[in-house]
Amino acid sequence: MTRVPDIAVSAASRELKFRDPAKAQALAHALEKVSREVGREPVSVMHVCGSHEQSIAKFGLRAILPRSLNVIMGPGCPVCVTDVPEVDEAVVLAQDGLRIATYGDMLKVPGTAFSLADAQAAGARLDVVYSAAQAVELARDTTDEVVFFASGFETTAVATAAVILADPPPNFSVLSAHKYIPPVMEIVAEMPGTKVEGFLAAGHAATITGSAIFERFVERHRIPVVVAGFEPLDILAGLVKLVELVRDATPRVVNMYPRCVTPEGNRNAQAQLWRVFRTTGGRWRGIAHVPNGNLRIRDEFAGVDARKKFRIDVKRLWDHAPSTLTQVCICGDIMAGIASPSHCPLFGKECKPDTPVGACMVSSEGTCRIWHQYGGHPDL
Amino acid sequence: MCLGVPGRVVEVKGAVATVDFWGVRRETRLDVIDEPVGPGDYILNHVGFAIRKIPADEIHETLALYELLLKEAEGDMMATDIRGEISAGGRDDSGA
Repeated sequence: MTRVPDIAVSAASRELKFRDPAKAQALAHALEKVSREVGREPVSVMHVCGSHEQSIAKFGLRAILPRSLNVIMGPGCPVCVTDVPEVDEAVVLAQDGLRIATYGDMLKVPGTAFSLADAQAAGARLDVVYSAAQAVELARDTTDEVVFFASGFETTAVATAAVILADPPPNFSVLSAHKYIPPVMEIVAEMPGTKVEGFLAAGHAATITGSAIFERFVERHRIPVVVAGFEPLDILAGLVKLVELVRDATPRVVNMYPRCVTPEGNRNAQAQLWRVFRTTGGRWRGIAHVPNGNLRIRDEFAGVDARKKFRIDVKRLWDHAPSTLTQVCICGDIMAGIASPSHCPLFGKECKPDTPVGACMVSSEGTCRIWHQYGGHPDL
Repeated sequence: MCLGVPGRVVEVKGAVATVDFWGVRRETRLDVIDEPVGPGDYILNHVGFAIRKIPADEIHETLALYELLLKEAEGDMMATDIRGEISAGGRDDSGA
């Protein structure tokens, strides 16, 4: 059955705030055509960026995607994949009286028994910052120890690296939960039974790393990667290119966001990132152990590494049983692209933004949180 | 928080720029950007750092998108992200 999307009359069009409706319609038609030409269905592609999912959901893009095309959000939310032991480390430091500065999304991420918000309610001192530099400023204004609990992918890790290199005060340290995206794409590609036939890579992360970083991935897995911006037209154009590459079985890297991304990326930023951080394997919440997926501070900067500076004994938290609801949470399957929020019995019921059970409902980049605000897959 | 936010450089002092975001002036660090910027240039700011100079022919397009998103009500998560990105800059104490 051929369903030609007609943006002018679809119910979603009222929600759709494209700045160039004619171009959007042309792209939607192209996507329909190229998806049909693949000759089988469904075709599943994955993006790994919370901003992509926000845009897809907010602008109702799934309502105009061909039915044969599945666009899945993968592990694109750094807050969501921050694992329980990492949260526990921050909670223990907070309980021990250190001042924790962190991005606001991190407050409600569940640990074994407590989130940072729980620790704060029990008297711990927490400061929400929008930038690593603000955490350094806090440290300059006090004699207390300030620990910056740092989350985010390489785009954000660069800022942490820059403040570490800029001679922070001695009472400042960093607890790094930074993650590195390229290795987790390997994990998803290698998952048994994976349905993912192409990746839409995030524009702004690639601003730092450059699009060429995906070449080896494509070579190894024969899966195309298209770098795309986050506005609706950028995403549609990226999807058209990606499905074309699937149709033609010509996996390669295509940069559809040249206004922000170059093949080599921002070399100055990369130099700072790798001067301060090294990759190491570690668990991503709900996903798997990801070899080289975590960014840890190099020994040379041990003085600012909270893990080296303080003895962090998380074992004491293990006496507290985790909430039984967490055993029902399917965040991991959602981030691996195997399930969607509508498959979860807790979604919108026990698990809401104010009372999140899993990390995907915590962050504004989490699939569940985004679907809860905008709806995910309008059923037309 | 991968959206970043574009702004216009007003003044550069060493590794710090005063940047105007729709009338709100903030300090943005220049440690990470890979090319020189000066007053009048537009940069993409992410968590308080300029990560890219926006090419002249793309400024209009880029601003238009953000202006559209910023019209959204309080509580819209994309608008909130962008407002947060603006807040990420240091307070501008130049008295401007």
